Amino acid sequence: MYQILKQILKTGIKSETPPQGDESLRVLEQRLQQDILDVFGGALAIRMVDAGSCNGCELEIHAVNNAYYNLEGLGIKFVASPRHADLLLVTGPVSRHMEVALKRTYDAVPEPKLVVAIGECACDGGIFCAADAGENYQSAPCRPAVGHRPGVAPYGSRAQAYLRRGAGTQTGGGDRRVCL
Amino acid sequence: MPIKHPNLKLTRLTDAVPTWAGEIAVENLLEICRQVRDGGGRLVALWGSDARELRGGFMLHVTLINETGLVCLHVPLPEAHPHYPDLACIFPAAARMQRATYDLLGMHAEEAADHRKWLRHGAWHSGSFPLRKDFDAAASRTDEAEDYPFVQVEGQGVHEIAVGPVHAGIIEPGHFRFSVIGERVLRLEERFGYTHKGIEKRFESLSLQQGAKLVGRVSGDSTVAYAWAYAMAAESIAGVTPPDRALWLRALLLERERVANHLGDLGYLGSDVALAFGFAQFWILKEQMLRTNAALFGHRYLMDSIMPGGVAVDVTAEAKRVIAEECELLEREAATLRGIYEEHAGVQDRYIGAGRIEPKLAAQLGLCGMAGRASAQAWDARVQFACAPYDKLDVRMATYRNGDVAARVIVRFDELFESLRLVRQILVNLVHEEEATPALEKLPPNGFGIGLVEGWRGEVMVAIHTDAQGNLARVHPHDPSWQNWPVLEHAVIDNIVPDFPLINKSFNLSYSGQDL
Repeated sequence: MYQILKQILKTGIKSETPPQGDESLRVLEQRLQQDILDVFGGALAIRMVDAGSCNGCELEIHAVNNAYYNLEGLGIKFVASPRHADLLLVTGPVSRHMEVALKRTYDAVPEPKLVVAIGECACDGGIFCAADAGENYQSAPCRPAVGHRPGVAPYGSRAQAYLRRGAGTQTGGGDRRVCL
Repeated sequence: MPIKHPNLKLTRLTDAVPTWAGEIAVENLLEICRQVRDGGGRLVALWGSDARELRGGFMLHVTLINETGLVCLHVPLPEAHPHYPDLACIFPAAARMQRATYDLLGMHAEEAADHRKWLRHGAWHSGSFPLRKDFDAAASRTDEAEDYPFVQVEGQGVHEIAVGPVHAGIIEPGHFRFSVIGERVLRLEERFGYTHKGIEKRFESLSLQQGAKLVGRVSGDSTVAYAWAYAMAAESIAGVTPPDRALWLRALLLERERVANHLGDLGYLGSDVALAFGFAQFWILKEQMLRTNAALFGHRYLMDSIMPGGVAVDVTAEAKRVIAEECELLEREAATLRGIYEEHAGVQDRYIGAGRIEPKLAAQLGLCGMAGRASAQAWDARVQFACAPYDKLDVRMATYRNGDVAARVIVRFDELFESLRLVRQILVNLVHEEEATPALEKLPPNGFGIGLVEGWRGEVMVAIHTDAQGNLARVHPHDPSWQNWPVLEHAVIDNIVPDFPLINKSFNLSYSGQDL
């Protein structure tokens, strides 16, 4: 116990000041409503589903829980059940074998809910999908209605900024996808 | 010559790892496999290809490994009814590879004990095979409900727990079916293929360079290992050797990848036994390393830093200083944390004896890589087949006999420190040369090459076949998880259900890497 306490004291506090939400990243700005933010009270419960990713995005999502980003300290936490979630976070190009599980998870998240696709693959299939849809026998990416920010895998700090912004992004009780 | 057989003529490939390849009639396949197994060899990978346009029929490819090196057997099969004898009776690890080969190419392993589908769920028709050249994606598309006959365990008080594909944590998707009595696990059956996204088919429409990018995304935590194995296979076909400096840099990246993964997993192995302190500490170290990666190599996980022909990154004198300092810090901190883990009665109580794989079972099932070494399977490609620059590094292999979670933690710590030592050695050898890396543009026609790299999880293999124009005709990336997932089913027998996450994490196998 002495060793553990000594190591904790020696390590000190590593958590960094969280980055401010970048207004220019607000892809649904005109539709943002402060009242939804009020509904979630600034706290956000996330259910994450890997829909066929390479595991790169998962590593980065793990990383936002480390002491530097300390996401939980900001009131944002990952939950085990979609029933407890406000936001469904999707990675991967949505392999066809994950479609049913993803849909069921989505249905299980209570309204109002948010869907955030993270990483290039979840946004448009990324490298796993050919431009010619006929070739893609195995994936059906989220294909969001709005633009996205490319980049694989999203860096920890960026993922954190995105998630914080997610807390301020509304869906009018429907399937409005934010793509990061 | 690694294998002797009257009907087998092997040719040595110009490969970094000693590799032979040869064609053999299907009748002789079993005999050769038995001979390799009896000599202490193992199965590395089994895959198929559609050779109907090139020469008629299909081809089965079986890569074996023994103490002399790799042997790739090409087995021509007829077009009408492509079938071959079941190899799972010799190498149990072949079972799932055979099932996947049937799902993707329609090549049938006769008299196999298990003919259930593996990679195919309900997304394409049972009679159509995606990796055949004439596969029609649109016509084969279906939305059948997934229907998979799990093995039922019967008896008084036995019940099933079905977990997944969506798990409680932030992990990849897969299904686990536990048959339990109370808390005790009688049997675990895995069902994967959920992340199957057609990677192998995708390669066929990519150029060599685009393929290098894709191969780095087969399993995001092993991107360096895959990119290197792919480059090695391509360089073998082209008959070129990358410049010395590029090889040293590759080793530097590979060892950093190993360190980062072990740090992360050691953190989770702490939080899985309720030592949140361990997670916090190890992930501070991992994050520091990832930030250094981003600053020096442009990517936290080192994606796209290796390309066929060389590398896409370089280190300056300043970068070498940063890396050396980081090694010192990591070594010091990890040593303190190792002391805490080893002294902590609660942690050791959960680790010792959990998820044990005896060396004999490990050998029988072909357990490989880091998990294999924790069960006395002394295989490490960096040691046995030390290709440049490992031939100048004298890697000390970490092995242990106990085969439980505690043993895998010990091996991880040992490998962590060994990799830090290697990184220092590599830095010394990274002398500055103004050597431009000639990128490999195009491969010769009708070539075949193999790359084998000891990734942090185990041996990663990539095979490349080129067509008459020198394009990628078939690329098969092989993850060590193919071998190790079935062993996990054995590791949890007789353990309690709450220990499964801990045992699973101690192996930390890839879903994406084997679902492809």
